[in-house]
Amino acid sequence: MEIEEVYSSRELDKVEGRAINELIARSQQIIPDPDGWLDEELDRNILLTSVDAVLNWARRTSMWPVVCFPACCAFEFITTAASRFDISRFGMEIVRASPRHADLMITAGTLTWKMAPQVKRIYEQMAEPKWVIAMGACAISGGIFASSYSVVPGYNRIIPVDVYVPGCPPRPEALIHGIRMLHKKVSRASITTGGE
Amino acid sequence: MTLALSGKDIARQIEKQFPGCVAESAAESLLVKAESLLEIAAYLKNTPGLDFDYLTAVSGVDYFDCFEVVYHLTSLKHNHSLVLKARCYSRDNPALPSVVGLWRAADFQEREIYDLLGISFEGHPNLKRIALWDGFEGHPLRKDFL
Repeated sequence: MEIEEVYSSRELDKVEGRAINELIARSQQIIPDPDGWLDEELDRNILLTSVDAVLNWARRTSMWPVVCFPACCAFEFITTAASRFDISRFGMEIVRASPRHADLMITAGTLTWKMAPQVKRIYEQMAEPKWVIAMGACAISGGIFASSYSVVPGYNRIIPVDVYVPGCPPRPEALIHGIRMLHKKVSRASITTGGE
Repeated sequence: MTLALSGKDIARQIEKQFPGCVAESAAESLLVKAESLLEIAAYLKNTPGLDFDYLTAVSGVDYFDCFEVVYHLTSLKHNHSLVLKARCYSRDNPALPSVVGLWRAADFQEREIYDLLGISFEGHPNLKRIALWDGFEGHPLRKDFL
């Protein structure tokens, strides 16, 4: 029967289902922020070299976001990128379709477990150093869908998050504030102590 | 505008052809017995004057004591529409005949109903989960979860 040819094979579905169930089992713990040590180290007065200063300046002033906008927060991001709020002021106007060109993932929207393996793969395909901004209530904790059967309760279950921007959705000003916070964070990193 | 045909009028017409197959009829819908759903659907599609050649939507409802599947039929030729319903009373293994053979539009929608309510559509060429992933336990839109 010709109908059957357009379907993916049953085996592919089983493999996908297994992968999702394994991901859920692996994702019961929150992944800690890899840069959490920064404040602590600064308290102990580490020395920032001029190499760090140049490198961090370069990194924070040309952060290119990757396309990862699963739901409605995307519209606030689009507004942020458009002329009125204009993130090209921060060197961020190029939203890359390829994760290999991007440094920053702005996770704008609700994530379902079925979509989670793809988002994780996009994150893993981004080249180091890379950062993640969790934008909106759903990205932080699952939002109103937190107890749902199909929604990931926060992106920090599958990828490490650097900055959390609350709101449902956050206004562009809030997102820009989050981006500025990330810039500050990046400017504190040091190649000598391994933080990126 | 599309004319919504009265379920009662169509029920009278069907009763002549298939006696005892209509369970209930009202002005806005027509409830048929599950075992005769396929023949009645084929009759509605192929009879001149009715010609329901277009399936607008299929939806599933959980009424606790039964599951109901609702078919919204339209005729593009005559610009009229009809709401056809069928019920299944088993909670452990609810099943209805699939109408994919008549309307291809039912394909994904029956899969969605199977996915979320657990009604199996017999004769569907590819009945598997569509929105949730393979290996998910249960059917989350059932009222048992309330």
